[in-house]
Amino acid sequence: MAEFKVAPPDASAGEKLLTWVDNRFPASKLYKEHLSEYYAPKNFNFWYFFGSLALLVLVIQIVTGIFLVMHYKPDAALAFASVEYIMRDVPWGWLIRYMHSTGASAFFVVVYLHMYRGLIYGSYRSPRELVWVFGCAIFLALMAEAFMGYLLPWGQMSFWGAQVIVNLFAAVPFVGPDLALLIRGDFVVSDATLNRFFSFHVIAVPLILIGLVAAHIIALHEVGSNNPDGVEIKAKKDPKTGHPLDGIPFHPYYSVHDLLGVTVFLMAFTGVIFFAPEFGGYFLEYNNFIPADPFKTPPHIAPVWYFTPFYSMLRATTDVMINVLVGIIGLAAVVTFLKGNLPSKAKLAVLVGAVVVCGLLKTFDAKFWGVVVMGGAVIILFFLPWLDRSPVKSIRYRPSWNKALYAVFVVFFLVLGYLGIQPPSDIGTLVAQVGTLFYFGFFLLMPWWSQIGEFKPVPDRVTFKPH
Amino acid sequence: MKKFIASLLVAASACLTAISPAQASGTSLALDKFPTEKLQDTAALQRGAQLFVNYCLNCHAAAFMRFNRLKDIGLTDQQIKDNLLFTTEKVGDLMTVSMNARQAKEWLGATPPDLTVIARSRASHAGTGADYLYTYLRTYYRDETKATGWNNLAFPSVGMPHVLWELQGERRAVFEEVKDPHDPNKVTHVFKSFEQTKPGKLSAQEFDSAVGDLVAYLQWMGEPNQGLRVKLGVWVLLFLAVFTVIAWRLNAAFWKDVK
Repeated sequence: MAEFKVAPPDASAGEKLLTWVDNRFPASKLYKEHLSEYYAPKNFNFWYFFGSLALLVLVIQIVTGIFLVMHYKPDAALAFASVEYIMRDVPWGWLIRYMHSTGASAFFVVVYLHMYRGLIYGSYRSPRELVWVFGCAIFLALMAEAFMGYLLPWGQMSFWGAQVIVNLFAAVPFVGPDLALLIRGDFVVSDATLNRFFSFHVIAVPLILIGLVAAHIIALHEVGSNNPDGVEIKAKKDPKTGHPLDGIPFHPYYSVHDLLGVTVFLMAFTGVIFFAPEFGGYFLEYNNFIPADPFKTPPHIAPVWYFTPFYSMLRATTDVMINVLVGIIGLAAVVTFLKGNLPSKAKLAVLVGAVVVCGLLKTFDAKFWGVVVMGGAVIILFFLPWLDRSPVKSIRYRPSWNKALYAVFVVFFLVLGYLGIQPPSDIGTLVAQVGTLFYFGFFLLMPWWSQIGEFKPVPDRVTFKPH
Repeated sequence: MKKFIASLLVAASACLTAISPAQASGTSLALDKFPTEKLQDTAALQRGAQLFVNYCLNCHAAAFMRFNRLKDIGLTDQQIKDNLLFTTEKVGDLMTVSMNARQAKEWLGATPPDLTVIARSRASHAGTGADYLYTYLRTYYRDETKATGWNNLAFPSVGMPHVLWELQGERRAVFEEVKDPHDPNKVTHVFKSFEQTKPGKLSAQEFDSAVGDLVAYLQWMGEPNQGLRVKLGVWVLLFLAVFTVIAWRLNAAFWKDVK
């Protein structure tokens, strides 16, 4: 509990008011802790714009969403028409709607870049594990938010995309069909589905998102930001002030810095809104200008671009892929049994575990395992802080070949995204299978590869050239 | 690190340029280019609106479009009332048709699609929605094997007869049997040319121009704000460009203290 303060008698009215508030609510304290006396490393680079940009896009989505809900009708008979009503008859409705539809894609662009920043600079390493875990939860919530929002315009892609994804849940053993029924609220995607997705999209998931974003920022400000050198700035403090030597107050230095990022981002964002709102069929799919028709399946159903890397992994999980997985697991178990540095009981447990997993892989349908692979690709991110055993955080001081490895990872992720947009083909499936194995190998083998190689010496202080 | 980012960007752009737009239209016909300058031509848009109301808006609705929106392409309420309102009294009404979906199914075999956003929905990797419509409406030909007596190159076995036939007249399509270069036992049926069998009210050039007007109208109707959107966008970007310069200098002014 804070000390009760009294403003000096000659204080200005503003000062007196602030003292009155501060005695009842920690306004000045919060402002100092999170802005004027939050010390951030001074060596942030380009990659550090995307956190604040993600927050900006979240605000854009919430504000435009509020206005869209004023005119949108979550009713299978009216939804498509109400969106066109917004686009034509509501004053500036077209602008609000394009901001929201472009905002959805922009959200994923900035979030993917933000996550990649964390990946290359080891921002998930101790003591920032919870910052990362909250971030992964935000990503998961964002995927749910985007998926359910995409149903609302009630076009052909909205309808059939939802149909395909909800049907995936039906592949879960034993409870699958009931689970799919529970999600849809009907035997096909219908008015009931539209209503519940609307409810989740405008209330439930945004509440969770905002809560998680708050937790993400509180956790970050508790431990302090990482930086491109992966050096802990709190280790070297000014003995007089007690502030980190390489830290600068977030406000004004990073508030003006982020403002520059915001203006550049907004140029790209408004460029899309005003000159290419469909973005060549990627942000608004052409088929979605046809009202949903449960009797007419489109020849090719593609999810929106931000889901396609994961969708590709789902499609890559064929019977052949299952056999490859069984082979890999079997081989890994045998190698562990023969060469592993484990007590014999543990070795036996590994062997038995591998037999059980292989048995399950062959028992259930490949489609179910595809769902597991798709979900696992996201869930595995949560474990990154404990998979990375590298003695240094940042890629700057890792062995040089790590850079090539990360580059291949990015290329595979983009290729998987590309393949997810395309209709399935033999060669495409093969490439997607290799990409899927690489993606999982990258994470699951990280405890080993992250320790190998020659590490460069990490400096005591951050590297920084004054501007 | 700079090199690393640069190599990533190169890899990313290489991947992205390889991506073709998400939807395929399902036809292999090369689309003709819609003359986009017609979108800036108010007279063309007005002629297109007239063709649309006369030839399309009997079976097809444009149920999200209001008649008085036509004021955006230079028509007055009175002109709309006098020349374009057949099924309704009020210029604020939507462009609906009196035939309902069940009747349409019974009489025509299928419900004709709503045309409000048809131009947006028909875009594909092969071309814009306007390109598709411009090609589709100009590739009808006589085919006695079909129930309607008509067939179409862009939309084979199309359900809609050639509603603009009195303008274009009747044409026959000449096909060639071409040996498949990959399989000598196979021959493919390849379109060669059209042959006019009965003249229409318009010459070939006049007909192309009329279809161009109609497609310009459909394209405009798909997003009546598209002109305003682009015009406004230029100002927004100019504003942001100025603001970026201010933000850049402001940032530099603060950061000169950071050593």
